[in-house]
Amino acid sequence: MKPFTVLTGIVAPLEALNVDTDQIIPKQFLKRIERTGYEDFLFFDWRFREDGSLDPDFEMNAARYKGASILLTKDNFGCGSSREHAPWALDNYGFRCILAPSYADIFFNNCFNNGILPIVLPGGVIEQLFKEVRAKDGYQLTVDLPAQQIVKPNGSRIPFDVNLFKKECLINGWDQIGLTLRHEDKIAAFEKRR
Amino acid sequence: MAKNIYEKIWERHVVHEEPGQDAILYIDRHYVHEVTSAQAFEGLRLAGRKVRRPERTFATMDHNIPTTGRSKPIEDPLSQQQVDTLEANCREFGVRCFDMNDPDNGIVHVIGPELGLTQPGMTIVCGDSHTATHGALGALAFGIGTSEVEHVLATQTLLQKKSKTMEVRLTGKLPRGVTSKDVILAIIGKIGTAGGTGYVIEYTGEAVRQMTMEQRLTMCNMTIEAGARAGLVSPDSITFEYLKGRKYLPDKPWDELVAGWSSWASDAGCTYDARVELDVSALEPQVTWGTSPGMVTGINGKTPVLAEIKNANARLAAEKALAYMGLPEGLPMTEVRPNVVYIGSCTNGRIEDLRDAARVAKGYKKAGGVDYVLIVPGSYRVKEQAEAEGLDKIFKSAGFEWREPGCSMCLAMNPDVLEPGDRCAATSNRNFEGRQGKGSRTHLVSPAMAAAAAIKGHFVDVRNWEFK
Repeated sequence: MKPFTVLTGIVAPLEALNVDTDQIIPKQFLKRIERTGYEDFLFFDWRFREDGSLDPDFEMNAARYKGASILLTKDNFGCGSSREHAPWALDNYGFRCILAPSYADIFFNNCFNNGILPIVLPGGVIEQLFKEVRAKDGYQLTVDLPAQQIVKPNGSRIPFDVNLFKKECLINGWDQIGLTLRHEDKIAAFEKRR
Repeated sequence: MAKNIYEKIWERHVVHEEPGQDAILYIDRHYVHEVTSAQAFEGLRLAGRKVRRPERTFATMDHNIPTTGRSKPIEDPLSQQQVDTLEANCREFGVRCFDMNDPDNGIVHVIGPELGLTQPGMTIVCGDSHTATHGALGALAFGIGTSEVEHVLATQTLLQKKSKTMEVRLTGKLPRGVTSKDVILAIIGKIGTAGGTGYVIEYTGEAVRQMTMEQRLTMCNMTIEAGARAGLVSPDSITFEYLKGRKYLPDKPWDELVAGWSSWASDAGCTYDARVELDVSALEPQVTWGTSPGMVTGINGKTPVLAEIKNANARLAAEKALAYMGLPEGLPMTEVRPNVVYIGSCTNGRIEDLRDAARVAKGYKKAGGVDYVLIVPGSYRVKEQAEAEGLDKIFKSAGFEWREPGCSMCLAMNPDVLEPGDRCAATSNRNFEGRQGKGSRTHLVSPAMAAAAAIKGHFVDVRNWEFK
């Protein structure tokens, strides 16, 4: 897994509640058997018009958000289907970090398993960030995972919480299967015991 | 100390725990399907790993497969490749696979309980969010991502943080014509699609005890739509009666099995982190009007009036949803006219669901304004049973289509896809934008409500149905 330590990047806003994984990547793109190549399918029905051109009504399509690596969105992001194609599509497109007031559980876990950091922030902080992002072209944030803080362009800091085990895995890019298999003897003993 | 069912299952499955780390939880049963497993098997191959417990792993093909012309190759080469890949992976790693033409094939969450693979007290995972279904039998069952599928294949365990628990107590007696589908839609409407996030739900109370196993399966299935990963019902005599004679039960004396299963039920006086109560005795049949399962009302309700929604985010969401659904504010639900009806899925594709739909359809013809009605059984066994009871004949003479089993139009990965603007009365679980096809509009209802809409051409209160 790709390690995540400190990220500085453009922030793209997605103003919607309960964005489900069907919106993040529609089902017709789940038929591939690879983990990569999903970037063109991210938010497909919102991003593209019938003729395949970018839909100018979809805010994230604006030139100022090109190359964004931080996604700013609203409550219950990633609800619905467990498809890991959703974090794959976000990652393939270039997003490494998500800021939202809340996430759906399965999606939240899937992000960590793909080197993406989903950060939970209070609703008021998120609303303020929406304002700031829209007010300034090329608005960037620095996300410092070891220090558990986000640094704004004016230097002010927003602290955030993260599960310490997941944080350690992300910073080191650890393979979780490898971690678990260090306890192979305990798994074998458990199986014998029952 | 008195424990609830989740605490009991959790404690008996923790292999190892260290402070500051997620616990290693043992997985008793791992279900696999074609859409979320290919990358996991590939990961094993790249790392030179094996499936640790192939005998605990069962695969089926359901998401992608056509519901007609099953003897021919699948027309979409990508779907065929995914199905072929699953078959090859199962062969290589020694996993039992119920392929497209196996008599035990069907939707993963229909066949697990049906074959007796799902049993009380088990931990069960699958790369599919509707794995919550299996909790109806008193198993801790939840959906996982593909990286976790690979983790379970390689280690037969999962790294997990203990969840909080929520009791959803259902009091009263379900009125005639009102089903567990209506109950779960009402619960989601009440607590919201994120109301259960971070929790495992246990359904308790008089109304749950009166439900058949299939009704419980429907209710637990949609627990994920309330944000909770797992929904459980403590096992009781209805659970044991349902399991009797199922194919994959352990070879042990019946009394011994029942004694073991009974021990998982929540103890009297156990506690939960949160409680919700719903009196079901006054509940109406439910219909969703929007693009999230929580956007729901009773059949005698109306679409919302935006000015009456106080929360700004909720108002914006409702406004967007009504625009997408092509519905005005304040429209009575009985004036909504679907042009397609779909009955099936892991939510409502079991024999009792088909019986409910057939009872309504018997002696009637589909309405002129309804273009087609798809009836898709959840498994071959369900299909066979329905045909033995003559349900297929009732459906066909009403002008409905009788199909082969699979996930079909619930997520529309196979050729059963709606056209833009189509409005569908669906017994499935998600009414998201584009879920059943780009630009499609979905209204979630029970099987009887869906059948009644197919006959009348608009939603009606099935409690007043004239059965023939």
